[in-house]
Amino acid sequence: MVLGLALPSPRRARHVLGRNLVIYRRAWPLLATGVLEPLFYLLSIGLGLGHLVGRVDFAGHELAYKQFVAPALLAAAAMNGAILDTTYNLYYKLKIAKTYEGVLATPLSTADVALGEIGWAVARGAAYSATFLGVMAALGLVPSPWGLCCVPAAALVAYAFAATGMAATSYMRSWQDLDIVALALVPMFLFSATFYPLTAYVGWLAVVVQCTPLYQGVLLARSLDIGTVGWSLALNAAYLVVMGLAAMVITGRRLERLLAA
Amino acid sequence: MVSARGLTKRFGSSEAVAGIDFSIRRGEVFGFLGPNGAGKTSTMRMIACMSPASEGTLRVRGLDPSRDGPTIRAGLGVVPQQDTLDMELTVLDNLLVYGRYFDLSRRVVRERAERLLDFAQLSERAGSRVDDLSGGMRRRLTIARALISSPELVILDEPTTGLDPQARHLVWERLYRLRQEGVTLIVTTHYMDEAEQLCDRLVVMDKGTIVGEGSPRELVDKHVSREVLEVRLGEGGHERLAGDVRGRVERVEVLADRVCCYGDNGDEMLALVHGLGYQPENTLVRRGSLEDVFLRLTGRSLVE
Amino acid sequence: MMGRPLWVRALGSWGFRYRRTWRGSVATSFAFPVLYLAALGVGLGGLVNRHLASQPGRPGLTALGGVTYLVFVAPGVLVGSAMQIATSESTFPVMGAIKWQRLYEAMLATPLRTGDVLAGHLCYIASRLALASGAFLAVAAAFGAVHSPEAVVALPVGILTGMAFSTPMVAYAATQETIVGFSVVERLVIVPLFLFSGSFFPIAQLPGALQLVAELTPLYHGVALARACMLGHLVTLSSLGHAGYLLALVAVGAWAASRTYRARLAS
Repeated sequence: MVLGLALPSPRRARHVLGRNLVIYRRAWPLLATGVLEPLFYLLSIGLGLGHLVGRVDFAGHELAYKQFVAPALLAAAAMNGAILDTTYNLYYKLKIAKTYEGVLATPLSTADVALGEIGWAVARGAAYSATFLGVMAALGLVPSPWGLCCVPAAALVAYAFAATGMAATSYMRSWQDLDIVALALVPMFLFSATFYPLTAYVGWLAVVVQCTPLYQGVLLARSLDIGTVGWSLALNAAYLVVMGLAAMVITGRRLERLLAA
Repeated sequence: MVSARGLTKRFGSSEAVAGIDFSIRRGEVFGFLGPNGAGKTSTMRMIACMSPASEGTLRVRGLDPSRDGPTIRAGLGVVPQQDTLDMELTVLDNLLVYGRYFDLSRRVVRERAERLLDFAQLSERAGSRVDDLSGGMRRRLTIARALISSPELVILDEPTTGLDPQARHLVWERLYRLRQEGVTLIVTTHYMDEAEQLCDRLVVMDKGTIVGEGSPRELVDKHVSREVLEVRLGEGGHERLAGDVRGRVERVEVLADRVCCYGDNGDEMLALVHGLGYQPENTLVRRGSLEDVFLRLTGRSLVE
Repeated sequence: MMGRPLWVRALGSWGFRYRRTWRGSVATSFAFPVLYLAALGVGLGGLVNRHLASQPGRPGLTALGGVTYLVFVAPGVLVGSAMQIATSESTFPVMGAIKWQRLYEAMLATPLRTGDVLAGHLCYIASRLALASGAFLAVAAAFGAVHSPEAVVALPVGILTGMAFSTPMVAYAATQETIVGFSVVERLVIVPLFLFSGSFFPIAQLPGALQLVAELTPLYHGVALARACMLGHLVTLSSLGHAGYLLALVAVGAWAASRTYRARLAS
């Protein structure tokens, strides 16, 4: 018991991933097309927008715009995928399909369910990121061998947001409440130095941006991709780890209240 | 198999289960009979280690649910009141995925799933979506799913509520077969015929407490007469009739739409009513039942 | 039969449901334009304007039609959002009304016919689009992205473009048993259209063949029409062509929907 919570068992939790795999085996177009969205963004920037923007400054390097945006898209896609899995999809399972009521009559506990669903979001995020990174490499957008670490970085982003999304969903009472998710996600997607550098913001706004969780992920992915690696990145990673752990504790308590009262 | 002492469940300030004691023996079919809201489902969920007890001690398969939930559930089959089937999976996948939650090997799960589909008479629907099944089929699938871990104890919360008579009999027949195989069954129901059909022993619950305990026969013998006469008068007058026969039959109850007279001989009681000059709209002589037990113990009918 | 027309009663049912959620919907109708115009028009626009101005010969003036990136991108985002709102309103709610809450079934148990149910739902979607487009225009004007009084016409253009997606999507949604197809359409059709139909950069920058494909998409015509309104070049023959294309799509979609609705609901 930690903080009054039963610890999850990875051995049991993996069967939650197994269930999702069975479902996606039948709905494979969903799984297969999931990787396309960031690729379309990358393509649109490479073919069009990039010519309008020119070169962008990052950590003393002058980067082509597509080089600047590609790793940010990788991080943003990891966030978006994890949030989709743990908000809309999870709400459906929790409130509409009541998927877990049957599950909790088996040896699985609420903590196992939480770990399993977060694990699924992370696994899916990592697989998509690896595919995306492969495309980036083929387009010559992975100049440094550190770039390989973008996959674990994306998995970390997926973890932090999956746990947070799950905690948030446990408070949702209706589909309308889920609109709040978009209201938090869209600005994060647009303003986390994803599409233009931090220098576009006036002083205090730049500080705000640097405090957002996606900014940590974008900075991690971009730095690793380009190879401008320093110890300060550990802080960005630690931010995401702590965020994920805190959200998991909240999630554990909430699910226990919702499902095992 | 299961024993409880002072078992209590509170939700906020309301007490769903108010300190009940019972013990269930290996291999028997044990029933919880009571109306909606009596605390049956809360009790079931506590036994199934899906909901913690607020107070009291509970032992299931010799273990403490608050500490050994996963271990207990590993040997338990649960058929909840609402079918909690996985709507995103097919009939067969429901069994396969559920079996994996028990950490059984894929081979074992597949083998049992096929046998259980047969048991539930769903082999032909293996590839169907759960959405497309009738209520009776879903119920049978839920029962089959509860058996995937070959549990020694199966908990069924209102197994036949909402089913048509034919589907109910099929479920009862399957449950009877399980009992023959030595599986311990715990059944809740608000149908007295179901309790009479299935249960070796049962407790009668009302407002979170146990008001009676025994085999169906014992309960009827102890709390009700051998026969019952039901009388419906056209225009009111039920109270007056009750006053007239009181003392001349064992007991009399006035219900919303009828008067019940209890005694050893229904026909004699009927003759008495006619002899008093009443012209009932209709009358019924029948044997005492659990319905009457419930009425006697709580002053209310089971299904309102 | 006297009283309100039947399809108006169907619309009324959707309106009634909307009364519970309108606050959030109005808030997001204004919030998202602010976010997008700030991020793309101002943030990214700063980079674009600086880059184009620094090029020899100042190609930016011609590349974006002689306007700043904010002014260029605003009509694109207006129409792109209309498409996305129309699509999401035409998929899950239709599935819900057919299968989950069985709202259509309840309506059809009254004097309403399938045509009324469909018309009512489409009118509801059109009013959502009107709200979203109106809010967007107000925000765009506040950002200084509106250059002509003709911009008010961009509101019906937003509705029209949205409906050009809504009617075929509704027709498609009525044939579906699961929601899998919705996400696939979203990812394979809606997202690429959003990105490649001239909203964020002129399609002249695309390779020849892709340019041709882009010109065939409905979103391209919606973007071109909305941009003409906001810049004040509405009265041209090509505007007529764009509008005709979109109207034809609305009509074809509505015809298809009336067939799929009947097939699904009358069974």
